[in-house]
Amino acid sequence: MALASRTDRKPSLPRTFWRSTVGKKTVMAVSGLIMIAYLVAHVMGNLKVFFGPGEFNAYGHWLRTMGEPVLHYEWGLWITRVVLLTAVIAHGVSAYQLSRRDIRARPTAYVHKRRHASYATRTMRWGGVIVALFIVWHILDLTTLTVNPNAQAGHPYENVVATFSTWYGNVIYIVAMLAVGLHIRHGFWSAAQTLGVGNASRDRALKALANGLALVLTAGFVSVPVAVMTGVVS
Amino acid sequence: MKLTLRVWRQKNADAPGAMATYEVDGISEDMSFLEMLDTLNEELILRGEDPVAFDHDCREGICGACSLVINGDAHGPERTTSCQLHMRSFEDGDTIDVEPWRAAAFPVVRDLVVDRSAFDRIIQAGGYISAPTGSAPEAHATPVPKADADFAFEHAECIGCGACVAACPNGSAMLFTSAKVNHLNVLPQGAPERETRVLDMVRVMDEEGFGGCTLTGECATACPKGIPLPSIAAMNKEWLRANRKAPRRG
Repeated sequence: MALASRTDRKPSLPRTFWRSTVGKKTVMAVSGLIMIAYLVAHVMGNLKVFFGPGEFNAYGHWLRTMGEPVLHYEWGLWITRVVLLTAVIAHGVSAYQLSRRDIRARPTAYVHKRRHASYATRTMRWGGVIVALFIVWHILDLTTLTVNPNAQAGHPYENVVATFSTWYGNVIYIVAMLAVGLHIRHGFWSAAQTLGVGNASRDRALKALANGLALVLTAGFVSVPVAVMTGVVS
Repeated sequence: MKLTLRVWRQKNADAPGAMATYEVDGISEDMSFLEMLDTLNEELILRGEDPVAFDHDCREGICGACSLVINGDAHGPERTTSCQLHMRSFEDGDTIDVEPWRAAAFPVVRDLVVDRSAFDRIIQAGGYISAPTGSAPEAHATPVPKADADFAFEHAECIGCGACVAACPNGSAMLFTSAKVNHLNVLPQGAPERETRVLDMVRVMDEEGFGGCTLTGECATACPKGIPLPSIAAMNKEWLRANRKAPRRG
């Protein structure tokens, strides 16, 4: 008996990943973890606001000289921005395509409705959209200073205080940080499953780590507007 | 027991369907859910109406044929198959909604019967071993570590009923596919196809139009055989490994 010989070419690795639901989830997991790593660094920087304008503004300036003298002025910052933008786009496009596919895969809803899954799980898609819109607002507010009430380049401390002195600045920021927390709670644990790190014996530890990370990041970020509102930072 | 049933009725794959309401009386709490439907069908036949079509075979919870979404839960409120669900799980006077599995990859054939041959095609893509079969080999010929044997047995319990797909808000077949992949990939008998199995089965799963996994955990909650949610992570691990190891053709 002649064995069937396969003459079809195997698609390239990136193609295999992008075509597969499992592969696309891997893209989401890796890009998500890059963003979480960034958020950990970001929240540590933010907390310097409690040490006064001198230290916070100096830190803001260091972000531009980061990597010198190996890197040119602001190159470290721009490399970070490019990596993050790539991660955001990869995460968003994968999420959009997978969501479209998921909705097509379940075209008819059950007549008998019941509540499914946890709140964090059910809000991943719209929570992600809220966070994406917040990132646009956040860049316009504190990077380009387009919508910042103070808009003083080189004085991030004063700009932060100005933003959190407005009611809308606080509302947008706090709502977005709660959304980030919920997103990380399900997202971090899911990334571990997607990357094949999760198993029955590690499940409790991974869930605890995801909850801890979500809680610490949200609390860290929210502490800044709360401090401005209560006058601890002014 | 006297019950009100709201059952999905649909003449064929192309016809529009709707929920129809029936009253059934004289139901014993010792009856299985399917026996209760048999009682309803006997009455419908006597009245000259079409009986409700539903899939069933062994009626002892091992074949995976029965496939009813009862009050929004795949296989109903107990963690078992519809045939092993007893009417004692309901109260006299209850209204019970009975619907077919809902997924694009499982089109409705008639009433509560869906076409699950997409699962067969996933199995055909790699859910087998290529070792020659014949009489059972000597049990000690191929030693398998106890932990691996337990892992394989846990996943071999999957009866392919499709409750995981029915329960998943994305109509994803990840729990089914992972049960089949993990069952064979951990054993020495499954080793020759370890890489191609997971790559081919996941590819066909995607081609059949099942959704992706968002790890809601609904599948593992609905599974009558208790295939655990971490199975999916184990298959993801196999898929990533296979992409690193599989020989590049062409």
